[in-house]
Amino acid sequence: MNLPTMDRRVAVKKLLDARDGALVVTGLGSPSYDVHAAGDRNDNYYLWGAMGGAALIGLGLAQAQPQKRVMVITGDGEQLMAFGSLATISVARPKNLDLIVLDNQHFGETGMQSSHTGKGIGFDKVAAACGFLKTAELRTLEEVDTLCEELRHPADGPRLFVLKITAENLPRSLPPRDAVEVKNRFRAHLGFTTC
Amino acid sequence: MTASIEAKHPQAAALAAAPAASEKQWPDPVYDVLKAAGISQMSYVPDAGHTTLIERFSTDPEVVTNVLTTEEEGIAIAAGSWLGGKRSVVLMQSSGVGNCINMLSLPVQARFPLLVLVTMRGEWAEFNPWQVPMGQATEASLKAIGLRVLRAETGPDLVETVAQAALMAFDADQQIAVLIGQRLLGKKKW
Repeated sequence: MNLPTMDRRVAVKKLLDARDGALVVTGLGSPSYDVHAAGDRNDNYYLWGAMGGAALIGLGLAQAQPQKRVMVITGDGEQLMAFGSLATISVARPKNLDLIVLDNQHFGETGMQSSHTGKGIGFDKVAAACGFLKTAELRTLEEVDTLCEELRHPADGPRLFVLKITAENLPRSLPPRDAVEVKNRFRAHLGFTTC
Repeated sequence: MTASIEAKHPQAAALAAAPAASEKQWPDPVYDVLKAAGISQMSYVPDAGHTTLIERFSTDPEVVTNVLTTEEEGIAIAAGSWLGGKRSVVLMQSSGVGNCINMLSLPVQARFPLLVLVTMRGEWAEFNPWQVPMGQATEASLKAIGLRVLRAETGPDLVETVAQAALMAFDADQQIAVLIGQRLLGKKKW
């Protein structure tokens, strides 16, 4: 199989341009930088830690806000640490949660060590085996365009899409690191007080 | 040690292990207290001591429940729930606390309200030695990562403790674990 060549920043920008009110949670490392690079917003919740937490924060948020769509954008390394979350999410069966795994087949933040996803582990297949409503592996920006259109339509269960992206460390676009501030502005966006 | 106590003083050992009748009534009042605190989401890894709470929440149409593959999932779910304006509680056994440690940096650093109810093992009339290391490390681990830790050894005390812990968690932005003593839970039948 050829190495992936999709530009992660362009792919993420496409997803965010088409978010249509979706709430976004990002996994630590490059996915947080990618989402921030597309434009800092109050309805983004960026993680700088809590590895393995992104998809599950997305689940809790989706259950608390059933009328809104929630999109989790994370990396293969972060999702590998939350392997069991796919079982938990599938059983919970939220109708408003989509997981986007930006898969460069490496742990980019720590020196580009190769990860499991370059060695036969496909999250689209794992999620399908868990019972996700829809899963797919995408390799081109044209497929991302089609996905953006598909995501506009409500689903009857959780969906997971793997975007095979180029393994490269782009210039970092750093989201705010004050976790309380990011939490409070996210809640304010939804009309909730700070405490 | 437990075995020798049972051999020499079977009645005393039984008395020590068996909670008083009134203390067996704690799960329903704890459920009521959590409902009164506005809890609308509950996540859990099962424990025998949480049986009634799990049943009550799972059959409550006002509450969303999640069964977890590992306890730290519940910490992240609770944070997401608060982001979306809801109040969550996480139920686990003391062995699960060890699974949660790094994920607890999320509520601690972002100051998410967190309420965790922990049934204790490895501290009172314990038959299984494998439960002892994590049981003994539970409180110290939680405090080390930055949680407030409360403990109850009787039913009435537990109900009161959970009520005020919920208030502190959700009104004062605290991250709180309530440890439910194994002495209160009673001895597991083998």
